Amino acid sequence: MSRFRLSKRRREALTGVFFTLPFAIGFVLFFLYPFLQSIRFSLNHLQIVSGGYVLDYVGLENYRNALLVNADFVPVFVEALGRIITDVPLVVIFSFFAANLLNQEFRGRTAARVIFFLPVILGAGIILQMEQSDYIMTQLRVASTEGGILSGAVLREFLYELRIPEATLDYVTAAVDRIPEIIRASGVQILIFLAGLQSIPRSLYEAADVEGFTAWECFWIITLPMLSPLILTNAIYTIIDSFTVMSNPLVQLVRSTAFGGGGFGLSSAMGVLYFLAISVILLAAGAIISRFVFYEE
Amino acid sequence: MAQGDLKRKMFVGKVASGFWSLIRGVIILGICYVILYPLIVKIPSSFMREVDMFDKTVQFVPRVLHWENYKVVWEHMKYPTAFWNSLKLTLVVSTIQLAACTFIGYGFARFKFWGQSVLFAAVVFTLVVPPQMIMIPLYLNFRYFTFFGLLPEPGINLLGSYWPFVLTALTGTGLRNGLFIYIMRQFFRGMPKGLEEAAYIDGAGPIRTFLRVMLPNAKPAMITVFLFAFVWQWNDYFFTSIYMGNAEVLPVMLEGVAFDVMKTANYISDNYRSILNNTGMVLFIAPLLILYTVLQRYFIEGVERTGIVG
Repeated sequence: MSRFRLSKRRREALTGVFFTLPFAIGFVLFFLYPFLQSIRFSLNHLQIVSGGYVLDYVGLENYRNALLVNADFVPVFVEALGRIITDVPLVVIFSFFAANLLNQEFRGRTAARVIFFLPVILGAGIILQMEQSDYIMTQLRVASTEGGILSGAVLREFLYELRIPEATLDYVTAAVDRIPEIIRASGVQILIFLAGLQSIPRSLYEAADVEGFTAWECFWIITLPMLSPLILTNAIYTIIDSFTVMSNPLVQLVRSTAFGGGGFGLSSAMGVLYFLAISVILLAAGAIISRFVFYEE
Repeated sequence: MAQGDLKRKMFVGKVASGFWSLIRGVIILGICYVILYPLIVKIPSSFMREVDMFDKTVQFVPRVLHWENYKVVWEHMKYPTAFWNSLKLTLVVSTIQLAACTFIGYGFARFKFWGQSVLFAAVVFTLVVPPQMIMIPLYLNFRYFTFFGLLPEPGINLLGSYWPFVLTALTGTGLRNGLFIYIMRQFFRGMPKGLEEAAYIDGAGPIRTFLRVMLPNAKPAMITVFLFAFVWQWNDYFFTSIYMGNAEVLPVMLEGVAFDVMKTANYISDNYRSILNNTGMVLFIAPLLILYTVLQRYFIEGVERTGIVG
């Protein structure tokens, strides 16, 4: 009996290995190997010769070049990191809010959903990249920040009168100017929250209703705690997304350095530094947010 | 007295909920406007003449429908060829990605094996590492492809062919494939185990069970993954320009359309360049919009039922 069990378990294990084997192979060949190669490249001077390439060990010179010599890297790097720190909370809060809106019953809900998820389709890759540098869009953007009702500058004056602390003021006004970008970066996150809202058992709300809780209280005692694991998921997704999106200036810099004559070694070094920064931010975000996450079990 | 009180409460409730509907409507309309804004700008400007850009009386609505831009862009993008090439590439790649990620996701969802958690951590790892970091080694490996030492030294050049896409798609390491594996795993985990047990008792092997029992039930998740894969591959400029930099596919042609026009005209103004780009973008996203309108119902349902949820 016990031998039969063991063989059954082993068979199950073999089936599992069989199904996941393609990924294991691909991970080693097309991910881990290039990943290690790129660390090696960053320590070398890489030269393309006929029929391949040769490496010339230079130690940390590429890193020194990236951080001290290259005029673009440090400012762009700092800006990219700063952006993430300001954008991630905004995207998460907005998508949480939007998902709650879309989860309610109202006329035209389907149409609203179709439009809300449109950025998932359009706000990726080449379109996003071209829109950012588009001349007409830029002109319109400038015009709207100068004369619009809801421009950051107007709001700033108003809030200043209310004696709001300077730092908060800067954050809020910057956020207002970036509303379109925030909204367009939130498509997938809204989907994730919406799926989460649908999976909260109805019975919880019914019970709360019987107990006499208001909708407002239900939000705080049911919706928010039940969705809190997804806040972590979404924060991490947003961080990764903003790091890898083509319109990110740092992404473009790494790319143009490689293929625009800056050298493969230097570009690799920038990539490695970038990866290290992402790891630190992800770990920090994970550690901070998971303290507030509520798990059912 | 008590009844009057109740009536007043109901009245207040009605007013409050009506008020909320109004606010909600305004907020949703506002957000929709912001989302649609780029389209609202693009479509009219693609019909404008260059002089219309300076004309203050022309705002959003062009004076005449000026089809000339479409003619120019259509020719310079080689639209029919590029469209067909893009469609072929995108269909091949996204179908393979869908098949591979479904297969792999099922393996993670249903079987326990040694090293499973490590391998799944690897899936997450592929999502976290920016593709820019492995871009150069991938480029060089496919340029001088020796099948990791199996072929003689100079290797073969796989760039310019489908192979780099096919190989990474087959092994679930293509663009954001980690996310697809994750979605499929979550979906299969949520399916009742009884389905497979019944199939096993009937004597079906794991592959037969997977194909006959699990796949037909996984449609919503598969549509979601397919739509994501299709759209991201269609939009992808990053890998496409690295693997197939000279190919006549839409993202590459779109990126270079203004430059191509400039080569024949020697000089074009910023305004005209922008008009051309906008026209090109309309042509580029039109197929996506059509696909999305057809599939949106399944897509939204699918997402709600599969939790992409952790």
